[in-house]
Amino acid sequence: MSGTFVGMPAFPEASSSAVSDAQLRHNLRKATHTIRAKRAAVVGEQPDWAALREAGAAVKDRTLRHLDVYLERLEAAVVAAGGQVHWAGDAEEANRIVVDLVKATGETEVVKVKSMATQEIDLNAALASAGIRAYETDLAELIVQLGDDWPSHILVPAIHRNRSEIREIFLKHMASWGRPAPADLKDDPRALAEAARLHLRERFLSARVGISGANFAVAETGTLVVLESEGNGRMCLTLPETLISVVGIEKLVPTWADLEVFMQLLPRSSTGERMNPYTSMWTGATEGQTFHLVLLDNGRTSVLSDEVGRQALRCIRCSACLNVCPVYERAGGHSYGSVYPGPIGAILTPQLRGLVGPLEESLPYASTLCGACYEVCPVAINIPEVLLDLRSKVVARGHRGERLAMGAARRVLDSPRWLSLAQRSAGRLRRWTPRRLPGPLSAWSDTRDVPVPPKQSFRDWWAER
Amino acid sequence: MSSRDQILARVRSALADVPRTEDPEDFPVPRDYERTRSGPDVVELLVDRLVDYKATVHEAPEVAAAVAEALVRHGARRIAAPSGIPAEWLGEAEAVRDDPPLRPAELDALDGVVTGCAVVIAETGTIVLDAGPDQGRRALTLVPDYHLCVVRRDQIVRTVPEALERLDPARPLTWISGPSATSDIELNRVEGVHGPRTLEVLITGEIASTG
Ligand code: SF4
Repeated sequence: MSGTFVGMPAFPEASSSAVSDAQLRHNLRKATHTIRAKRAAVVGEQPDWAALREAGAAVKDRTLRHLDVYLERLEAAVVAAGGQVHWAGDAEEANRIVVDLVKATGETEVVKVKSMATQEIDLNAALASAGIRAYETDLAELIVQLGDDWPSHILVPAIHRNRSEIREIFLKHMASWGRPAPADLKDDPRALAEAARLHLRERFLSARVGISGANFAVAETGTLVVLESEGNGRMCLTLPETLISVVGIEKLVPTWADLEVFMQLLPRSSTGERMNPYTSMWTGATEGQTFHLVLLDNGRTSVLSDEVGRQALRCIRCSACLNVCPVYERAGGHSYGSVYPGPIGAILTPQLRGLVGPLEESLPYASTLCGACYEVCPVAINIPEVLLDLRSKVVARGHRGERLAMGAARRVLDSPRWLSLAQRSAGRLRRWTPRRLPGPLSAWSDTRDVPVPPKQSFRDWWAER
Repeated sequence: MSSRDQILARVRSALADVPRTEDPEDFPVPRDYERTRSGPDVVELLVDRLVDYKATVHEAPEVAAAVAEALVRHGARRIAAPSGIPAEWLGEAEAVRDDPPLRPAELDALDGVVTGCAVVIAETGTIVLDAGPDQGRRALTLVPDYHLCVVRRDQIVRTVPEALERLDPARPLTWISGPSATSDIELNRVEGVHGPRTLEVLITGEIASTG
């Protein structure tokens, strides 16, 4: 598990994977079940979990109901602490801001710590087209980047690679990216991690610009918080002279004391640890650094405007809802067609983008409404409630909406084999049209392979599985 | 209209349902969770958690001797020493001061770092550094491969809320819970990726000097 509390582009590995679909499925299942058990154990030992969860939800609701006040407070606090604050209405504007900031430093390379916000806006592609190379620094992301393929899972993005493949990738590709792997590299995990450590070390020590997201931003003090496991986050946040953090406007919490709730909820709920190995907290320009905060809307204010759907913005991206979801386990992360997979993706993506196409219309149906996600969510997002509300909106749109949507969800879940093919083509497509992010569901509608209208409801269908 | 003003305007219009008279603090936040708890002795609990994270931990009645001995055991000779760490603690090892600030490559060439800390959370086995004089800036405890951290008993609290009360958000904070780790290769846990691969903790009753 890479242990960052943020996701990855939900797109598939290239077709070259030597691991069979069955093996991959087995690995994914093993991963989600392992984390589930760990999580249950550390949540179980926290006697006041229910009270923390209630407080977490309420703190987030308070923030969202007065987001304008808190955004202005955050801005003032960051500026007072020597940071610069930028506002980005959409992905394009955010990318332009970051590209310009990097260009102003004169650098052509940046180190990045994995963040969902930067993946959502496809920042790496924007940097690349401006001639700036972005180095991802999570071990799993490194394996994926060197192997020139796609992450396959939110928790374990390189799960589709076994140790001997990773050894091959390191031996073959490290040299063209920096320090080569040792010629006598063994394939045990410790040796491989060490090779990665040495390879990235050089990069960290010379990096001039770091790019991150943040798990929390404290309005009262201007403090940003990043939780991680490997230490690559600390490297990216600490060593570069310039730090640029891209943060969604829903990441705010009102006060410093509010962190006492989330620093208990997030690690336990996410990787199933009492505490993650490293957390960095900094306020404004720190230890001589130049600090830029880019506040990102990109659809969040539309989510905010929906009184039922608004609760999706409480999400702290722990991924617990993915690990308990029977549909996610069957369909895999790729079928959700965005960087936000699983139950949270099913309610967030259609709201962020609007019900603009078959993918977005079908996502509210990618659920059995079993409620496991709601139960496990550390900020008590009632995902089934939002799903039902979204379904009613799909239905209200009339036309082919609901039938197509249900059919789409059904087809994907029905045929793992088809799914993996669709994933591959989506992966390839994405290379050519990085902005389009076609998920398998939309890939299908694009080919006008209109599914047979379901003879039974999705729920009935699911119940029979 | 600037993007800032546009976003704020969109936020306000999205919140049309929120009564204009409602102040943020009017919206209730129930805080029925525990600020502290009874349980085993915090030192015992901390030792248990640290061992669980594969950190090495000793209780050291005499801090200088224990630091010097640990450095010898690790064969660590050139040690980053923040200004608040007395050179006498390091025994035979050389105290390398961060003044003028050491470059990353220079830090990388050192054998380790010795620091104090700001607060320690027993329940989660978390050491919090706040860049105080006995800890130095953040890079000092990040780049060298061996981190020896001296914890005074009076710095140990039981819970996360107790720790936040003691911390100052204006300072850069690093929360450390065991050595860095990854499970990215076939789900095998490997300790020590980019941060120091070895974390050693000395728990002492003494008041560390803060120069
Ligand atoms: S919706 Fe809840 S459970 Fe799912 S990722 Fe967000 S916070 Fe975690």
